[in-house]
Amino acid sequence: MIDLLVQLPVEKVPSVFEGTANTIAVIVLLMEFGMLRAALLRAQVQLYAAQSLAVSVLAVVIAAGRDIPELYVLGGVSFLLKTVIVPRVINRLLRDSQSEIAGSGALGVASEVVLSIVVAAFGFFAVGSLGLQSSVLPTTALSLSIAVVLVAFVLMILRRDVVSQAIGFFSLENGISMASLVVAAGMPLILEVAFIFDLLVAVVVFGVLMRVHQGRTRTLSTLNLDKLRG
Amino acid sequence: MGMVMVLILAVPLAATLLSVVMPRSFNESATVIAGVVSFGLVLALIPATTTGTVMVGGILRADSLSTVFLLATSFLYATTSVYTIGYLSHETRLAATAGGAQAREFSRYSRRFYIGLNAFAWSMLCAPLANSLALLWIAIEITTVVSALLVALDNTNGATEAAWKYVLIASSGLGIALLATIFLYYAGAQVLGESYDLAIDPLLKVARSLPQTPVQLAFVLAVVGFGTKVGLFPVHTWLPDAHAEAPTPVSVLLSGALLATSFYAILRFYQVTVGSLGPAFPQTTLLVFGVLSLLLAALFLFSQQNIKRMLAYSSIEHMGILAIGVSFGTPLALAGVLLHVLAHATAKGSAFMGAGVLVRKYGTKDLAKIHGGLNVLPWSGPLFLLAIFALGALPPFGIFRSEFEIVAGGLNSPGNTGAVILIALATLAFGGLTLSMTNALFKPGPTDGPIPRGEPSIWMVVPVLAGMAVLLLLGMHPPQPLLDLLNQGAIELQGGQ
Repeated sequence: MIDLLVQLPVEKVPSVFEGTANTIAVIVLLMEFGMLRAALLRAQVQLYAAQSLAVSVLAVVIAAGRDIPELYVLGGVSFLLKTVIVPRVINRLLRDSQSEIAGSGALGVASEVVLSIVVAAFGFFAVGSLGLQSSVLPTTALSLSIAVVLVAFVLMILRRDVVSQAIGFFSLENGISMASLVVAAGMPLILEVAFIFDLLVAVVVFGVLMRVHQGRTRTLSTLNLDKLRG
Repeated sequence: MGMVMVLILAVPLAATLLSVVMPRSFNESATVIAGVVSFGLVLALIPATTTGTVMVGGILRADSLSTVFLLATSFLYATTSVYTIGYLSHETRLAATAGGAQAREFSRYSRRFYIGLNAFAWSMLCAPLANSLALLWIAIEITTVVSALLVALDNTNGATEAAWKYVLIASSGLGIALLATIFLYYAGAQVLGESYDLAIDPLLKVARSLPQTPVQLAFVLAVVGFGTKVGLFPVHTWLPDAHAEAPTPVSVLLSGALLATSFYAILRFYQVTVGSLGPAFPQTTLLVFGVLSLLLAALFLFSQQNIKRMLAYSSIEHMGILAIGVSFGTPLALAGVLLHVLAHATAKGSAFMGAGVLVRKYGTKDLAKIHGGLNVLPWSGPLFLLAIFALGALPPFGIFRSEFEIVAGGLNSPGNTGAVILIALATLAFGGLTLSMTNALFKPGPTDGPIPRGEPSIWMVVPVLAGMAVLLLLGMHPPQPLLDLLNQGAIELQGGQ
């Protein structure tokens, strides 16, 4: 019995910092699931804003916990852009288009969620098995962020309206931001900010194209985008 | 040489900014000047980058590999800028005679066109000059957003659909490429310390001691992620749509320059991965993606009804050939790959420009409705035919030489199955491409309502002529400095300095 105990790897009790970080990462993933099943476009945008807030908070938590002052700035910029500006841009589009309800998914909500759980579990365990070690965050957060990325793909593939698909892409980016907090926290601030501004440009272009689409088809649905094939 | 590199970026940027404020006639000539000057500047960069790496302030970096891709982009930038004058000439006349609202509408359209064209060229010239893999990713993301707007520019149902698919699929792909960049950062951080800027040289220097798993992960993610923009199977689906629906000058830049620029990003990851893991793993990965892309394109080439979609599938074919060529890994094959980048850019650019003339003349992209192009278009018809032959790797054009080198290099490599597959599939693709195209050119047209003989615009012929001249040069007697550049590029790709 004693032998057995000795052979077991000594499990470290997670510190408050690790616990907080993991909790936030789980919240980010849950919000991704929320977006997947949200029926109202406005609810989806709100969930995205909340998810971005969670990622920004995570950046601040790491900045405080691991003493990387640059991440305060990153958290601030990311909050401003992803929690304030992007949702505002999309909301204005929604106001103009008078659409409320998200386009129906290619599958029922229940099947979508089941599929996402499978995909998320795959991502979680696949990355977990790689054995990447980070000095900044527990690698659980990395596994969770890959799960977020994969569920975002499911969201983009299954939803059939431009707003949900765009939100899917933006939340994909949230997942990647979270991954970069785990494995590349030391990345120079200038690069991080450049990535974020790139996102801003992408958001503007997504907005323009959504508007063009809505102007031509009088709808946000992508169901009629099926002329080009072969 | 540093000044030259700064100018390569400053000139198109200046043209972009000028396009915002200046009238169309000015933008026309300014863009031509910017294109030709950029090409000249890149030519001036060849000697310095053949003998070593040129750095500017830790941000810009050029070696022979970057110069090859700069050459392809700047050449197409120059020819496209000339072609655009002809492309817009019809609307220019219409707008001038109609006046009023239509003229204002056209003036807005042409302004957006020139802003977009110059900005697109600028972003594609930024990518190979970026010193850090993070900046490279940013440059490629900028190419996506600019070109997505250009694809949507015509504001038809098709263009809107294509632009949406393009921006969504390519951005998601680049999301994966960003993950790749981050994992590579992680790998580098184990050796270079927590905070560094992903510059290429330090990464290559420490490649051997990088941890293996994250490098493997980063490479596969980079192939899938940047491969989305290269048009590799199975993430190519945006490509035929965007190429077919974009205005022709944009299609030229998309297929000749953008795909290659994204392939350049994969090559940078390849260099680091070869340094870290040895050649077997990255080469196998590229071989799988390359063969599948080539197979898909070869099959789809037989069933295309749309002239521009057909050329788009031909781009997927050639990107597959590039990936397979790199997977052979011998110096000859790698030099062939780099020559192929240049030859494909020139040939595909010429073919798209020729197709643009046919589309303008017949008012349709439907191959079934295009007949007897050789008779109707005294210059563009034969030139288009030659461009198609060049794309099919017929001698004496550049692609013949490059594919010959790739295949010869492949036969020299240890397992030569890849070369055999390459020959078989490239032949199949050639069959599909020439079958439909010669139909459109040779089959006599219906007797009722013959289309008058004549070229729509001389400006749409000159760049194709230039392209064919370059293809001849590349195929028959490439200048020695260029060959030195390509050989040096091949050495760099193999992991040497």
